[in-house]
Amino acid sequence: MWRRRTGGGARRSPEAAQAAERAEPAAPVRPAEPPALTIDALGRKCPIPIIMLAERINQVATGGVVAVLADDPAAFTDVPAWCRLKSHEHVGSYELPQGGWSIHVRRNY
Amino acid sequence: MAYLDAASTEPLHPAARDALLAAIDAGWADPARLYGTARRAQMLLERARAEVAELIGARPDEVSFTSSGTQAVHLGVLGTLAGRRRAGTRLVAGAVEHSSVLHAGEVHERAGGEVELVGVSRTGRVDAGAFAEAVARPGTALACLQTANHEVGTLQPVEEAARACREAGVPLLVDAAQSAGRMPLPEGWSVLTASAHKWGGPAGVGVLAVRKGVRWRSPLPEDERERRRVPGFENVPAIVAAVAALRARAEEAETESRRLSALVDRIRAEVPLLVPDVEVVGAPVLRLPHIVTFSCMYVEGEALLTELDKAGFAVSSGSSCTASTLRPSHVLEAMGVLTHGNVRVSLPRGVSEDDIDRFLAVLPDIVRRIRSSLGVH
Repeated sequence: MWRRRTGGGARRSPEAAQAAERAEPAAPVRPAEPPALTIDALGRKCPIPIIMLAERINQVATGGVVAVLADDPAAFTDVPAWCRLKSHEHVGSYELPQGGWSIHVRRNY
Repeated sequence: MAYLDAASTEPLHPAARDALLAAIDAGWADPARLYGTARRAQMLLERARAEVAELIGARPDEVSFTSSGTQAVHLGVLGTLAGRRRAGTRLVAGAVEHSSVLHAGEVHERAGGEVELVGVSRTGRVDAGAFAEAVARPGTALACLQTANHEVGTLQPVEEAARACREAGVPLLVDAAQSAGRMPLPEGWSVLTASAHKWGGPAGVGVLAVRKGVRWRSPLPEDERERRRVPGFENVPAIVAAVAALRARAEEAETESRRLSALVDRIRAEVPLLVPDVEVVGAPVLRLPHIVTFSCMYVEGEALLTELDKAGFAVSSGSSCTASTLRPSHVLEAMGVLTHGNVRVSLPRGVSEDDIDRFLAVLPDIVRRIRSSLGVH
């Protein structure tokens, strides 16, 4: 779709992120730290993935990582936005081979 | 019903209604013909053109009327790219432009051109430095920037963009659809587009102004209408009404914009106090007077619109569940803000403070009910 995207860029769209990963193979594509909990929200529309994350994040210890598996394009933007609003850390979003993302969140408190 | 969706379309201004009824009788004939009734239609059309030109800071021969704001953008973007083909094939635009700009960009890409989108801050304001750098790269044929964002109300750095474009010798298309008739228009544009139904004129009238000296070639088959810029028979009565509305809005804009802006400030301040887990998005100060957008965590935008409609409020949303594409708004995505549970409130001229009081009174319970239906307490 779009060839390039520059500047600002609070967040990138899924297409832009995919394009960037194609263009920059050096970008991390695998998580450094295995998640302590995986939430399967594949096939679920927003806000359900966020609700599942909010319900279950306290099941990991402070500092632990939760992976949210989601394929609704809204989740790609909404999980990091939720982290910012709730003062948790968005560690990264990693593409799944079957489509969608594994979105990693660190519990900060 | 309280109508709070002026950013989609502004109700017809009373001045436009009067002008429309008069012009339907006086201006129905073909302005391209030479008999009396035709000359009268032509006179009405040219008077309207001269008035718009004065209101937007252009010369009458720079102004054409289109059949919509979208058509004005399509012709402005593709016509300038065609006219500038020898200079290059790159189109630079803000990432949060109206879909008409992005769709014209897709056509340009399919024809072998290049599109570069410049990112925005968390508030939706285009990064002026990155925009200037993109414009200055060799091969840039055209740059596009809206005066203000249609979904979150944030004003864009048009002055800085115009300066960068002037230095690089690149024409700048300014899409003024959301601000025309509400705020003074910026200077420094090469091509200006606007849409009459956004300022209280009738639907079916757009404005395309191309500065003298800007190379432009029609991307459509040409005819003799509108100085060969816009093919097809002009809707003279609607154009006359559109201009009457713009003139009326320009006269009342300062007072009414201040009043609406104070109501927006109230909504921005009170919604986060009344409803837990809400993010108000868009710039708090450098913004349009009439638009405020917020997102409610753990709520579907569609459910929110439906419940607000039942309670008598017409608003709109950028959430994916309310879009035919099943994708969230590209504006909210580019800003990196919550896309679900999104509500855009946009105030029409004359909206009463009572309506805002009632909106703020019903919203907390509606959000609470939707959340509890999803098991969130």
